[in-house]
Amino acid sequence: MKPNDVILHSVTKVAVVIILTFSIYLFYGGHHNPGGGFIGGLSVASGLVLLYLAFDIETVRNNIPVDFKIVAAVGVLIAVLTGVSSLFIGKPFLNQAFGYFDLPIFGKTELATAVLFDVGVALAVIGTAVTIILSISEDG
Amino acid sequence: MFTHFLMGCLFFLILSILAALYRVIKGPSMSDRVMALDNIGINLLAGVAILSILLHTHAFLDIILLLGILSFVGTIAFARYIERGVVIEHKHSE
Repeated sequence: MKPNDVILHSVTKVAVVIILTFSIYLFYGGHHNPGGGFIGGLSVASGLVLLYLAFDIETVRNNIPVDFKIVAAVGVLIAVLTGVSSLFIGKPFLNQAFGYFDLPIFGKTELATAVLFDVGVALAVIGTAVTIILSISEDG
Repeated sequence: MFTHFLMGCLFFLILSILAALYRVIKGPSMSDRVMALDNIGINLLAGVAILSILLHTHAFLDIILLLGILSFVGTIAFARYIERGVVIEHKHSE
């Protein structure tokens, strides 16, 4: 018998967009407000888990052809490289800098190098969380 | 006056969370426990909202959205497990 999950599919298609937008907001709020790479990555992972719950592994893997183990490895690599790169200019490990620039649309904007480190943290968290949940669910 | 009203609301929300907690521990079937857990999540959302009115801040509004998302995903996972027996399917069952 074919399961009837029209409501679940329809709600998921709307809710995943909201969750991913909110996680981008959380990611960029990480400098002066609650948020940052870790919690942004976790909310992206919860949106992906909602997709896996509503549909199935085959469908999501066909539409998002990404191996999440490689995502975790690339994230850790980005985080370590941005930490090490400050050693080459004679500053301590994980040193950061920020400045104010005039961008065309946004006006005066604060740009910080800590965002690059946060991208690495977010990718590592997404890859690790999704890999753990998929490998737990596989032996069922 | 308004502060006392909000404190009363918080008190009754805590009572409601305790009642739902009793249902989580005692609940005869799995569905009762899932419904009680969802109820606890929604009561927590209401409590955080009232607390942010009491403290005159909007720093907690992110927490409301995040708790809502996590409670939603958790309830769907439990419902999926009760109905099908697996949480995440490999192939779409015909």
